[in-house]
Amino acid sequence: MSLRATARIAAAADGGLPLLESDGPLALRRTRAAAGWTRVTVVGAMSAPLGGDRLAIETDVRDGARLLVDSAAATLALPGRSAEPATYDLGIAVGEEGVLRWLPEQLVSAHGSDLRMRTTVELAPTARLVLREEQILGRHGERPGTLVTRLTVRRAGRPLLDQELAYGPGAPGGWDGGAVLGGHRATGQLLVVDPDFTDKPVEARLLGEQAVIAPLAGPAALVTAVAPDALALRRLLDAALSELAPL
Amino acid sequence: MTSRSALLVLADGRFPAGGHAHSGGAEAAVKAGRIKDAAGLEAFCRGRLHTTGLTSAGLAAAAAHGLDPYELDAAADARTPSPALRAAARRLGRQLMRAARAAWPSPELDALAAAFPRGAHQPVVLGTTARAAGLGPEDAAHCVAYETVGGPATAAVRLLSLDPYQATAVLARLAPDMDRVAARAAAAARQGVDALPAASAPLLDLTAEQHATWPVRLFAS
Repeated sequence: MSLRATARIAAAADGGLPLLESDGPLALRRTRAAAGWTRVTVVGAMSAPLGGDRLAIETDVRDGARLLVDSAAATLALPGRSAEPATYDLGIAVGEEGVLRWLPEQLVSAHGSDLRMRTTVELAPTARLVLREEQILGRHGERPGTLVTRLTVRRAGRPLLDQELAYGPGAPGGWDGGAVLGGHRATGQLLVVDPDFTDKPVEARLLGEQAVIAPLAGPAALVTAVAPDALALRRLLDAALSELAPL
Repeated sequence: MTSRSALLVLADGRFPAGGHAHSGGAEAAVKAGRIKDAAGLEAFCRGRLHTTGLTSAGLAAAAAHGLDPYELDAAADARTPSPALRAAARRLGRQLMRAARAAWPSPELDALAAAFPRGAHQPVVLGTTARAAGLGPEDAAHCVAYETVGGPATAAVRLLSLDPYQATAVLARLAPDMDRVAARAAAAARQGVDALPAASAPLLDLTAEQHATWPVRLFAS
């Protein structure tokens, strides 16, 4: 049986969570945060999503709120009884002077799974964002499932970043060739949007052979990394995170 | 029916639009050992075609369809996280514009050139050029799909001394994929800017920045 679940988060400037709604496998908990921050941990996504599931989290960071969202464990896409792909939709809005750090654990695409993940972010002109995405193709030594992820970020109503990644047996050909992944089994992005970058733009620079910090055509920087495994990938993204957006 | 001959003129590698100076990421891939032979070239080209090729074909088809080129240029920026690739796309757009205005003078090309003196993204210029030449979204998308794989294939012949017959055979084997990509791009373009593909390739974005730091290189990108 496939399931539908939509969890909802709203964070306010006074540190409160006017909305914290778990649903099905998406269990949300308020957890201990650093001073000045509100933190929500997704605790229940471990066994989901299975084929055919339709999961979503809607997050509203209201004007002036400072929210950190993380997760207790990696999200593991598994095959289900349904031949339909699973979907996982993240809808995020950050208001004026709002800050969101979205730092979940990895997304692991297990053999035989088929997941379409879509992240849509709307940022107010003065909003700040740190968003990490990590795609791990297969558990240790396992062939990957099919994984398609789309990340669309609009700032002040204009497109800032739009990218889709597609890997695995259901992806168009060439995904593992020298233009796309070249045999790497872990890849990730770290997006940092900060209005201060308007006056002090980030300079493009390489972090070794496997990662790059690139300024976007707006006050934002994107780190793109490829790695042999999840651990090496996290090391690269953590280095970039502490450089671009330390807490 | 649009003019097949106009399409051949626009898609011809001899059309003076500056594309020959760019390897489409092949130079960096050769150096990293990711393209060593015809099989590696084919995997590279297939991946490039279904990622940035599809995305660029969608933008070009949308411009040929008559969607707002300013909005399309912003969409292209959002789909090009690498500053080296944004710079290359604008440089190529500017060079194509010069040739296009000579070949098919049109007020739309003039307006686009005036709005982007440093160059609009190449696929947007290509789509607008196709429109000026009386071509349609499918034609523009085919043009982009072909140049997405033709550039790296030509570059690989020079970089690896790859047998040109083998490189041409790679292109021929990719023809059905090029047709599918062009059809998908044109269909998306008819649904508006929000429906345009955004397929991307981590290694192309990463290696474009590495390549830009090389002191000596054969190709501009």
